[in-house]
Amino acid sequence: MNLKLRVWRQHGPDESGRMVTYAVEGISPDASFLEMLDVLNEKLILDGEDPIAFDHDCREGICGMCGMMINGVAHGPERATTTCQLHMRHFADGDTIDVEPWRAAAFPVVKDLVVDRGAFDRIIQAGGYITAPTGAAPDAHATPVPKPDADAAFEAATCIGCGACVAACPNGSAMLFTAAKVGHLGLLPQGQPERGARVLNMVAAQDDAGFGGCTNAGECTTVCPKGIPLTLIGRLNSDYRKALRKS
Amino acid sequence: MATTGILLVLFLYVHMAGNLKIFFGATPFDHYAHWLRTIGEPLLPQQWYLWIQRTVLTVAVIGHIAAATILARRARRARPVRYAHRPKVQGSYAARTMRWGGVIILLFVVYHILDLTTGTLNPVGSPGHPYANVVADFAPHRWYVTLFYALAVVAVGAHLRHGIFSAARTLGQRGARGEHVARVTALVLSIVLVAGFLSVPFAVITGLVN
Repeated sequence: MNLKLRVWRQHGPDESGRMVTYAVEGISPDASFLEMLDVLNEKLILDGEDPIAFDHDCREGICGMCGMMINGVAHGPERATTTCQLHMRHFADGDTIDVEPWRAAAFPVVKDLVVDRGAFDRIIQAGGYITAPTGAAPDAHATPVPKPDADAAFEAATCIGCGACVAACPNGSAMLFTAAKVGHLGLLPQGQPERGARVLNMVAAQDDAGFGGCTNAGECTTVCPKGIPLTLIGRLNSDYRKALRKS
Repeated sequence: MATTGILLVLFLYVHMAGNLKIFFGATPFDHYAHWLRTIGEPLLPQQWYLWIQRTVLTVAVIGHIAAATILARRARRARPVRYAHRPKVQGSYAARTMRWGGVIILLFVVYHILDLTTGTLNPVGSPGHPYANVVADFAPHRWYVTLFYALAVVAVGAHLRHGIFSAARTLGQRGARGEHVARVTALVLSIVLVAGFLSVPFAVITGLVN
């Protein structure tokens, strides 16, 4: 496959960037999107140019590191797919593909397509965990969890924190991410003691990080590689309201 | 956003029901309009209820706009650099047009008050005779007024289609089945409201009401 790529190039956080056009030739339709970028980078290195910086790690769709806007859609055109699991057969020979980093004030560009998602870490630090004494792992059946709750909690827990929800949101809101974390712990018995404080603190951290507000547009869940449901945002709102009343 | 929005939707439904009285004829409609000024009597002096309602609605509208402005400003701040390539938001047309749709509705409300409440912009503008005012408003040669009215009512419908669902979600609706119910309810309530409001100019144009 021969493609024309327009990629956002930015040398550093404080520098201005621009879209640069590259011709990519001889790409296998079975290559992943990241492998296609690897091929381009090898060529750039041989030509003595600076390779395109992009985040990646597991390349099997579970780590949440990779992520870029492909033709304006987070993680590209395939639903429930991370960029590393997106294959070039979903594009046509001769296509022009625009590649941009996540755009959000809370996710500053580090270089090219790499953004700093530390804002998500700060939301987690505000309460996305259970304060419990560490020690040996408890028996699996020590605390019974109803199956529907376990399933719903697991569904929320599949969030890999890639940031696609923020990138796609017309408001630049991190609501789906925060809601997934709040819902994941709030559905389990272990998460109950800190349920109220957790939602209040995590939402405060989210707002402090400079994310926008949620207007239930639903773009986030559409692009989410893990299909985190929008209903979790309702759960967060419900928990938030109850916690606010008690505090 | 949700609380003020719900108040305004409730008002719209009462308003629509009142409008439909026009199909009973001039005397019942004018009498209904007069009755609105006497609600609460003798506990409240004449027109007091109406002014209380107007105050509450104005506060709701201001609160609604203030919340929308805060959200819009936060959204702008949250994405200082725009995407070079950005397809239209994939969500519903209604969700996409909430902000500008709201502006259109606000402009219409201003016109609507000047038209049928104060009578300033109405060709008849007779205070005690709303039936005559409405009929004069939608006369065939004033097609542009009818068109603007229809556009504004459809804008309200689109606004509510996303707004009612969004309000339910904001207030904590959180189940998958509930989401379906909320979306269908929003759609049905919007369609009924649009149909109810549009029936009046339709009736005037077709001569059902004259």
